[in-house]
Amino acid sequence: MANKPFAITLKPGTSLNNLTGSWRTARPVYLDRLPPCNNACPAGEDIQGWLFHAESGDYEQAWRALVENNPLPAVMGRVCYHPCESACNRGQLDSSVGINSVERFLGDEAIRRGWKFAAAAAASGKKVLVVGAGPSGLSAAYHLARMGHKVEIQEAGPLAGGMMRFGIPKYRLPREVLDAEVQRILDLGVTLKLNCKVAHIEQSMQDGGFDAAFLAVGAHIGKRAMIPAGDAAHIVDAVSVLRSMEGEDKPMLGRKVVVYGGGNTAVDVARTVKRMGAEPIIVYRRTRDKAPAHDFEIEEALQEGVMIKWLSTIKQAGDSSITIEKMALDDKGFPQPTGEFETLEADSVVLALGQDVDLSLLDGLPGLEIKNGTVQVAPNMMTGHAGIFAGGDMVPSERTVTVAVGHGKKAARNIDAWLRGTAYQPAPKHELAEAGNLNTWYYSDADKTVRPMLDIIRRQTSFDEVQGGLDETTALFEARRCLSCGNCFECDNCYGVCPDNAVIKLGPGKRFEFKYDYCKGCGLCVAECPCGAIKMVPEDI
Amino acid sequence: MLKQTEGSKAVAEAIALCRPEVICAYPISPQTHIVEALGEMVKSGELPKCEFINVESEFAAMSVAIGSSAAGARSYTATASQGLLFMVEAVYNASGLGLPIVMTVANRAIGAPINIWNDHSDSLSQRDSGWMQLFAETNQEAVDLHIQAFKLAEELSMPIMVCMDGFILTHAFERVDIPSQEQVDAYLPPFDPRQMLDPAEPISIGAMVGPEAFMEVKYLAHAKQLQALELIPQLAAEFKQTFGRDSGGLVRTYRADDAETMIVAMGSVLGTIKDVVDEMREQGHKVGVLGIISYRPFPLQQVREALVNCKRFLVLEKSLAVGMGGIVATDVRMAVRGTGLKGYTAIAGLGGRPIPKTSLHKLFLEAEQESLEPVTFVDLDWDAVNKQLERERQNRHSGPIAENMLHDKGMSTAAKFG
Amino acid sequence: MGFQTVKFYQTGTFTVGNRLLAPDERSVQAGEMRSNSISSGHRACQGCGEALGARYAIDAAMAESNGQLIAANATGCLEVFSTPYPESSWQVPWIHSLFGNAPAVATGIAAALKVKGKHDVRVVAQGGDGGTTDIGFGCLSGMFERNDDVLYICYDNEAYMNTGVQRSSATPPAARTATTMPVGNEPGNVFGQGKNLPEIAMAHGIPYVATATVADLRDLEYKVRKAMKIRGARYIQIFVPCPLGWGTASDATILMARLAKETGTFPVFEAEYGEVTGVLKIRNKLPVEEYLKPQKRFAHLFGKHAHPEMIARLQAIADRNIRKYGLLQDQES
Repeated sequence: MANKPFAITLKPGTSLNNLTGSWRTARPVYLDRLPPCNNACPAGEDIQGWLFHAESGDYEQAWRALVENNPLPAVMGRVCYHPCESACNRGQLDSSVGINSVERFLGDEAIRRGWKFAAAAAASGKKVLVVGAGPSGLSAAYHLARMGHKVEIQEAGPLAGGMMRFGIPKYRLPREVLDAEVQRILDLGVTLKLNCKVAHIEQSMQDGGFDAAFLAVGAHIGKRAMIPAGDAAHIVDAVSVLRSMEGEDKPMLGRKVVVYGGGNTAVDVARTVKRMGAEPIIVYRRTRDKAPAHDFEIEEALQEGVMIKWLSTIKQAGDSSITIEKMALDDKGFPQPTGEFETLEADSVVLALGQDVDLSLLDGLPGLEIKNGTVQVAPNMMTGHAGIFAGGDMVPSERTVTVAVGHGKKAARNIDAWLRGTAYQPAPKHELAEAGNLNTWYYSDADKTVRPMLDIIRRQTSFDEVQGGLDETTALFEARRCLSCGNCFECDNCYGVCPDNAVIKLGPGKRFEFKYDYCKGCGLCVAECPCGAIKMVPEDI
Repeated sequence: MLKQTEGSKAVAEAIALCRPEVICAYPISPQTHIVEALGEMVKSGELPKCEFINVESEFAAMSVAIGSSAAGARSYTATASQGLLFMVEAVYNASGLGLPIVMTVANRAIGAPINIWNDHSDSLSQRDSGWMQLFAETNQEAVDLHIQAFKLAEELSMPIMVCMDGFILTHAFERVDIPSQEQVDAYLPPFDPRQMLDPAEPISIGAMVGPEAFMEVKYLAHAKQLQALELIPQLAAEFKQTFGRDSGGLVRTYRADDAETMIVAMGSVLGTIKDVVDEMREQGHKVGVLGIISYRPFPLQQVREALVNCKRFLVLEKSLAVGMGGIVATDVRMAVRGTGLKGYTAIAGLGGRPIPKTSLHKLFLEAEQESLEPVTFVDLDWDAVNKQLERERQNRHSGPIAENMLHDKGMSTAAKFG
Repeated sequence: MGFQTVKFYQTGTFTVGNRLLAPDERSVQAGEMRSNSISSGHRACQGCGEALGARYAIDAAMAESNGQLIAANATGCLEVFSTPYPESSWQVPWIHSLFGNAPAVATGIAAALKVKGKHDVRVVAQGGDGGTTDIGFGCLSGMFERNDDVLYICYDNEAYMNTGVQRSSATPPAARTATTMPVGNEPGNVFGQGKNLPEIAMAHGIPYVATATVADLRDLEYKVRKAMKIRGARYIQIFVPCPLGWGTASDATILMARLAKETGTFPVFEAEYGEVTGVLKIRNKLPVEEYLKPQKRFAHLFGKHAHPEMIARLQAIADRNIRKYGLLQDQES
């Protein structure tokens, strides 16, 4: 520049000498927020994390990320009531991401392609007894095995799966899917002993030389209701009906079957009965919107021809009919008798009023606390008896497969820590990524993919799976609908929209950094971050 | 090659010989014939490797020249009068950015009243614009100065106006020696810009400069012009070597050796002055002439040397600093400060008013006799002026001056038919 | 139009980047090797739309010309904040001459390049709306009319911001500026005045005219790149909100541009040889209030002494734009 005109002509890029960062009163910082799907998942899945891989079509990586937390994606993709989708911020934009359907796609893809779990960690030399091969037990066994512990599952029933097999009808969960996912867990080296009822837990632990135990025996005892009934009245419980569907001897219920209850089990029984050629009628004391069953299940049942009597209680059961009383909801929403009666034909009555836990294996075990028929556990899932943990339907919580799987994982982590003489410290939760943190402009319009449904005739007459899965294109579409709430997905917006070039792009997978020497603190990166992964914090001046 | 040709045509040919790369112009009398001729030469291919751009204003003309010069092209434009004023902002900018643009100013009066005829008000209004200004006495000199101007401008990276009297020179057919291309090529090297817009070296030209460096920038422009005072005679000498002709330089004297009265002037009027001086010399008057070629930079030393031996001088100029008097005269007086010389100013030829020899004769004699007022308006119609002044004294709303004057002179339509 | 219609943020995308797109489909701004034509350390205000728009545009032009680009700049914010002695932000060869002559300077540069046979080096001229629609209009029109090989980019922030927010012929009706104060019966800038420069440019019959905003990067880049593929006079007007002049938050710059487009206030379109060939459709049409309300320059239209009739007139202007350019999804454009 020496021979260029003084002052009027300047060297390029010399403004880098001017550190405009000193103008700033607030600085942007990158952060990770907790996506609402992850927050809502009872199984503690990193949903956004595995969707991220699915978005690029790397399904195996997506599946591997998924099974870090949940070894049963094909099952989960069918039976989970997906609270993740209810929490999904996309629901406020158009409709929530079909997380459940992508999960099923990944689970099915894994079965189809024969993907196996990563090998277990080095053997710890510890042995853990898992009682019950339901979702909670299988989940715990899986995690413990991967942590390097020797695991044995003792199952009272003839087959693994627990309620997944004996409570959920085939048309919702084909058994070959369940079998495949169970087998994959066993392939990790988990021992499964069937028809092996644990009568006394301490004894069993001692006999097998177990260092710890995880109890997940579930809740299999159908609750009874006091219904005045004649001798000839045929009253059975829902769990028995569903269980017997798995055996050789199908239940004999007659043509007119009254199912008493408003939960998912009631609906499952009614739909099962319908497929057996009978005419089910659900009798429930409250209204449809008060029913604990999921509305889509009620809807599907109605489509299939299941009759439902809302606001009705059974007053009396005879040999071929029952008497029901009409109810009315009071101011507080509780059903009150009206004195108005009706008679329904009923060859049998199936009680679907909930289940109790068989706690006999705990008899005499010191330190336990039993309340309302369930075992009380500490936040680390350990019962009052050291080394004995419990989860699933036998502890107080919502009784779903997903919750059970979550319990299994959580218990496994705590058992692992306990075995090592430490305590498991979960990573602190990030602040929640709420819809208000997002700039949804950047997400293009894309409505949810509807999963194919089986035609109605086959739904009424067969146990074929009602809901189909997504194919690869639709799964990819659905995965890409994820907004990546609260976590940078490297969209480059901050890098692009900074008027001061004060953002460094670190390269794929490495995200970004601010050049605070130049950042003036305008906040555009925060405002234009689609997913709310940046926030402004005041500068100390 | 000797040619009987129009001044504008001769200048156009000279410009073409300088191999300009971008020519842009907006038409204004009396500059038009120059750029018309150049336009034709570019279009016909006679002047190859040159872009001729018909712009929409003089402001654009100078701006295009700024752009093309900054991008490393030898750039030329021509204008006059109102046109020069219309481009003033860009004129200052070109010099501020140090861009060696050459511009012909076909000197013409500035309105209002609108007037297309010659005087020097236009280029003198740009006295402080940072441009160098060379005044041609003849069409031959106009040709030669343009060739020198490109070399000077590019050597210093500063723009130059070559000033030639509108109509008197531009439209006059005279014998002119047009040099050959070989001669011009030998004299004028290709443009090697001091700074250039080039993606290979991406400089920023035209920064905003605050109080911390502005004065230095301005001083450096001044220093450039001081350098030009040394370079101009040098280039004239080189010119003589190549072309065999005295042309250019800072000043030129005529019969000045023993002159007691010196007449100082710029441009074509020097020819008339020399004729009058010749006549007076024959009559025994010791009169001489100092022609100023380089008005900017102003050659204070050379003017002083040329005048220091006389007894009095008269600056005859085609310009008026309204409210002050002479423009050139002020500079000349500055040159002779401390000598005790008597100096007179004569304002003549404004708006194309003829400057007849008889008037000059009379004027020079009065100067010699030292009977002149400090500032004299040559051939002013005092009757008309006085009448108007009287009218205004009596009535504030005395109507348009120009119209009144025409009436007084019996030249208005109203007077004819009224 | 601007960019292919895509369905997701990953492939469809309104974001700057996209890890799932093929490299040649990615935006210039997403690239680590983007030219950053205006370096950090410039003195633009926080959240300056013009600084952003200029980098978007010049980087895109640099990409399209393989770095063979020269820029001429009118006086204005962009010039002042980028080149105060002794520091320049520019990474491209750049010249600032005057407020009103950038198009002519660019013409001169283009002429020089042509005569020197540097056909690969391209020229852009740029200025604010004042430098473009007012003081530089003569030179701009001349450059258009001669079809000089220059891409002129106007960064439109709708007033003279550099001198302290005075009205330009691009200032919208009702807007408060220092010379159109919110006083009297019809506060702010008057209705029925102002220039529609894109249409005036189209009337010159030049090969390419387009409008864009800093809220639609891909569209903006597409237009700059398209313009750079064409020879002759081209004009792009980029809508660049000014936090200082408009009285908006520094982080609302892009939002304002988006709202201007989504309300129909600023129609985003492109035209070739005087004919509109494409428009960027409104995604979710919004009433003009959504755009006006966050801006202090329109504050006098709301509140205690509200002027609903003036808002209605602004809405009518937006509606006319929507009709005229067919800005709605189902409209023919």
